[in-house]
Amino acid sequence: MSNLEGYWKANTSLIRNLLIVWALVSYVLGILLAEPLNAIRLGALPLGFWFAQQGSIYVFVILIFYYAWKMDQLDRQYGVHE
Amino acid sequence: MSVEAWTYLIVGITFAIYIYIGYASRVRETAGFYVAGRGVPAIANGAATAADWMSAASFISMAGLISFMGYDGAVYLMGWTGGYVLLALLLAPYLRKYGKYTVPDFIGDRYYSHTARAVAAIATIFISLIYVAGQMRGVGIVFSRFLQVDIATGVIIGVAVVAFFAVLGGMKGITWTQVAQYTVLIIAYLIPAIAIANVLTGNPIPQLAFTFSDLVSRLNQIQVDLGFTEYTKPFQGKPMIDILAITLALMVGTAGLPHVIIRFYTVPDVRSARYSAGWALLFIALLYTTAPALAAFARYNLISTLHGKTLEEVRQIDWVAKWEKTKLLAFVDKDGDGKITVAPGRAFALKGGKPDFNTPDEKSKNEVHIDNDIIVLSTPEVAKLAPWVIALVAAGGLAAALSTAAGLLLAMSSAISHDIYYRIFRPNATEAQRLLAGRIVILLAVILSGYFGINPPGFVAQVVAFAFGLAAASLFPAILLGIFDKRMNREGAIAGILVGLIFTAVMIGMMRAPQIFGAPAPVIPNLFGISAEGVGVIGMILNFVVAYVVSRATPPPPEHIQHLVEDIRIPKGAGQAAEH
Repeated sequence: MSNLEGYWKANTSLIRNLLIVWALVSYVLGILLAEPLNAIRLGALPLGFWFAQQGSIYVFVILIFYYAWKMDQLDRQYGVHE
Repeated sequence: MSVEAWTYLIVGITFAIYIYIGYASRVRETAGFYVAGRGVPAIANGAATAADWMSAASFISMAGLISFMGYDGAVYLMGWTGGYVLLALLLAPYLRKYGKYTVPDFIGDRYYSHTARAVAAIATIFISLIYVAGQMRGVGIVFSRFLQVDIATGVIIGVAVVAFFAVLGGMKGITWTQVAQYTVLIIAYLIPAIAIANVLTGNPIPQLAFTFSDLVSRLNQIQVDLGFTEYTKPFQGKPMIDILAITLALMVGTAGLPHVIIRFYTVPDVRSARYSAGWALLFIALLYTTAPALAAFARYNLISTLHGKTLEEVRQIDWVAKWEKTKLLAFVDKDGDGKITVAPGRAFALKGGKPDFNTPDEKSKNEVHIDNDIIVLSTPEVAKLAPWVIALVAAGGLAAALSTAAGLLLAMSSAISHDIYYRIFRPNATEAQRLLAGRIVILLAVILSGYFGINPPGFVAQVVAFAFGLAAASLFPAILLGIFDKRMNREGAIAGILVGLIFTAVMIGMMRAPQIFGAPAPVIPNLFGISAEGVGVIGMILNFVVAYVVSRATPPPPEHIQHLVEDIRIPKGAGQAAEH
């Protein structure tokens, strides 16, 4: 059972870390800091605006694939894969 | 060949494909009907989920909405994509492992209670019903815009097509038609966007043209010159707290929408559920990162084409003349100088929420009415594309509306035929009876949604906020706690769902009282600056708090439920769980 507890703990801390990134790009960079960040440019777009309308979406896609890939490793490590 | 002939041809071909796929994937058992036999590969489920998710509103109206909101349009862009992260990390893999047919299945079993099952089923039916009425209306509108048939005829054609593949093929038919529909809708969206990016900036990739060309800087400058604020300036239409709340409500609501969740029951194992969420969001992101680019391009193009020109001059442009006829574009020369002025505010006064073309709004100098929908609909003509591209856009709009309608109808009818009829009232029903019940209910649901499409209840468009708010405040917390909190019990979950549901419904009712009940003014305009669209977040927080407190004050769930929770946390064995 301790084996499975370790698996669950590793899973939940991975989820927590990825959700921190999720909140950071959307709520912090895309909304809370949008005004100050707009003083900086990415290409020709103000950075806060870019995070809100482009960047956060790219990060979301990467987060999901990263989670799926990382969980493949965890599943094998703890022998719980199909 | 004329645009109209092309439209009949391309729409006809795509409908024939959907009907063929529906026939080819007809099913004979309930597992096929409800979860496509759990044989859908991750990438195909991703495409189906993307089509399921992106509605007529995403396809036709969203870019236009963003175009008028500027930065604030980000609530829809982030809100309707960020929910997939929650879905992929917190819900989809575990629900797939649990491996039944519906959302109420999980909530009813996990909380060992028919009350919980019934509440979840009713929430599912209500959420899906609100949503589906708008989809059928969307089918009618696309037909009327492109083929000049009336909306009712368009709705009936749509109903007939959906009924065919949904009744015959259930989830299996819906899944494979959605894969085809995704292909049609994304091609139809990208071709005009690529063309207009190329025309305006010389860079054919919309996302790159949006980020690296100077077009948005020029747009900002024009906006300031005309008395607007900069396009990229945040919080012009809504305060920051409302932007935060709406974004979160849409994300959590997305993750809690039953028709999206049940798509993840159709894949073979837990690993596929995780990857298919990634594919789904990738496919969605193709459209959702293109839309804001299209929004800015179209806004720049419209203002620079129209502002300061004379009426005679602009009416010689084909697309201006065409869309002026449909009233999606309308002019009024308020100052009598013969020239068009674009300015903040409305060109025409509103009557019953719609512009009244006989009454210019004298509070504003603006002389152009531009409907949101024109942004996407007019792009092929503005970019001077061939008639077949315009026809393709019509087919894309129909694909978006039909695929979403089908997914919603299945979610709604499975809550009735599976959760209420079979699990609660007729647990001894045979396989054949259950399949028949499924087919009958989905047929009735299709007809009902068609009726609402032809006779839309006035409040429907106003209460889409309900669907997301209620999903966020009821289903999402109940599922999440069911997986991550082993101690969560029946009493806590039911109390939480009820408090979240009732609070959110009452709040939206009070804030939207004029639209829903015809009251002269909202009872309260907002809660601490949070509007009806975002108030589901408060409902969600209340749900979590109430569920936690009540569950700790009442006995823990029985032992077999705690084992169930341990079991769904482990991917191994999802294949066998399918054969229950």
